[in-house]
Amino acid sequence: MAVPARKDAARSEATEARIAGLSLPRGGFTAAARAAALARLREMGLATKRDEYWRYTDPAGLNVTPAPEAALFPAGDEAPLFEARDRLVICFADGRFDPARSSPDLAMAGVEIARLAEADRADIHWARDLYGTLEARGQSPVARPLAALNTAAAADGVLIRVTGRAAKPVHLVYVHESTTSDAILHHVVRIEPGADLTLLETGPAAARFNNVIEVDVAAGGRFHHVRAQGRDRARRAATAIFARVGAGGLFKSFTLTANGILTRNECVIEIVGDGAVAHVAGAALGDGATGDFHHDDTVFVTHDAVGCESRQVFKKVLRNGAVGVFQGKILVKAGAQKTDGYQISQSLLLDEESQFLAKPELEIYADDVKCSHGSTTGAIDETALFYLRSRGVPREDAVSLLVLSFLADAIAEVEDEGLQAEIVARLEGWLRRRRRG
Amino acid sequence: MLEIKNLYVKLEAEDKPILKGVDLKIGAGEVHAIMGPNGSGKSTLSYVLSGRDGYEVTEGSAELQGQELLGMEPEERAAAGLFLAFQYPVEIPGVGNMTFLRTAVNAQRKARGQDELSAGEFLKLVREKAKALKIDAEMLKRPVNVGFSGGEKKRNEILQMAMLEPRMCILDETDSGLDVDAMKLVADGVNALRDAGRSFLVITHYQRLLDHIVPDVVHIMADGRIIRSGGPELALEVEENGYADLMAEVK
Repeated sequence: MAVPARKDAARSEATEARIAGLSLPRGGFTAAARAAALARLREMGLATKRDEYWRYTDPAGLNVTPAPEAALFPAGDEAPLFEARDRLVICFADGRFDPARSSPDLAMAGVEIARLAEADRADIHWARDLYGTLEARGQSPVARPLAALNTAAAADGVLIRVTGRAAKPVHLVYVHESTTSDAILHHVVRIEPGADLTLLETGPAAARFNNVIEVDVAAGGRFHHVRAQGRDRARRAATAIFARVGAGGLFKSFTLTANGILTRNECVIEIVGDGAVAHVAGAALGDGATGDFHHDDTVFVTHDAVGCESRQVFKKVLRNGAVGVFQGKILVKAGAQKTDGYQISQSLLLDEESQFLAKPELEIYADDVKCSHGSTTGAIDETALFYLRSRGVPREDAVSLLVLSFLADAIAEVEDEGLQAEIVARLEGWLRRRRRG
Repeated sequence: MLEIKNLYVKLEAEDKPILKGVDLKIGAGEVHAIMGPNGSGKSTLSYVLSGRDGYEVTEGSAELQGQELLGMEPEERAAAGLFLAFQYPVEIPGVGNMTFLRTAVNAQRKARGQDELSAGEFLKLVREKAKALKIDAEMLKRPVNVGFSGGEKKRNEILQMAMLEPRMCILDETDSGLDVDAMKLVADGVNALRDAGRSFLVITHYQRLLDHIVPDVVHIMADGRIIRSGGPELALEVEENGYADLMAEVK
């Protein structure tokens, strides 16, 4: 059950104003879930800066109606990410399905794919038991009103059911073409026992983007998620992943964020089967000189089974007044013995104006567990910098190498070496552009 | 090759003089050794020559092949042909040794107006040089110095030296933390690089390294000055009698 946030008139008023501004699909198979989510949203109300998990990030820009405008961003000569790979593309432009930029046929052996907007015309669908279900579970003990809003109002999304080993990744391409777009997408992924899928997500999506992914990994299933949130500077994004991982299952998610006036990435993982593994990682780069940058990773991992491993690796490179936030929790329930929980959040501050705010939490009710967390904030290591320069590497190149070195542990969480190489190339591009001034 | 004149250096942070008038001239192809007790300023000399932050030169000069070094950035000094083998080589996680080497080699080539080496040319060169130092392919792939043993780190320094082909090499206590076999391997690597156009300044506490890298000239440094210079026999004298006698003699 959701824990209701503190009730107050202003919050209720803001919530009602937001709901009034939404277009709420009635839904077919999602109808009950949407209605329940709307009730949840009304009950908890929109987040405010006074809420514990919004203390470091002002949710105003994510809540207001209409969405704040966001200028479009010219990507320049950088080719779209993962473009050269064999993959199945589903494109959403400003939240609307774009068939022209999607693969002509959404079929692939071992994978059933449907668009939410289409599937939701029917009352029956395999996703009916999942849509809004994992989100609702993730509302306790911390309220996540933007995710409830998403379940109630999502216009589209994809429903992916994987029954075998997917031959190629599914790639959700998000394009931002309107300065006033306010996109809400909701995806549901079900990995059946022993099945395997890689999900890619790239692009800024909209002026404001609210994205929810519910991922249910059954016993022995494997799910890899690699995401890059585009280079748009003015866009706002609130994303939430709600994952449930069954026995021996694997869940791995990595996010690259470069630029963005406001990003809140939440990841709520519930490990329910023995021997499961869940990793969530992120690399964020922000430069206040090219637009405000505020990036927030909020993670909650619940261990509710024996012998499971969870790992959180978050790294942020901040300069010129950029702000990074990390709020990460590991909850080990009674009985979740032999848990191996790890959490690290680190920031590299390239100047004194930038800021990193971290709130690591552990809550453990089992006695035979190994849990550790660490958080550091630091500048470039002068000794390492000198070492590189003494070998003839110019200062700025040496700084770039050390930035990549700092991010390495997070990037290493991307299992596929080809994907990893593309992520590194992106990072190098970002650093190179800044060297030119 | 290298000419240091009347060099005075203090720590930037505190008003503490460390080098108090160092004079040193190393000719092309020569190997000089500097020995001295802890705190005599040996490592400071190597850092000041290579351009590390935190030191202030209050007087004097240091020229490499007629070029004044002290105003240059560390990378410019490297491109001019200076190399410092670190006492404590730095670990750089996440950056492959090979990437690091190639970046360094090509940065120096670029600074000297030469074409960068192609991937193929570089690979061929690095394999050849690594083999001589018993550095295997695995070590080249691993992140720079991460998880390397003391000996591997020092061999890696010599590999960098071999790849960068500097004119003036400074070895800062390269023997520290090495067993005899590792030291011999490092010394062989250094000796292979000795030629008429390359000079060495070997900084060490102990004479034993100088059995393997035989110097032309030995200098004794104490309290920020070179107090005595002589042939290789001077190192043996120190080994036998310690520094106390020499220092007392000077005082």
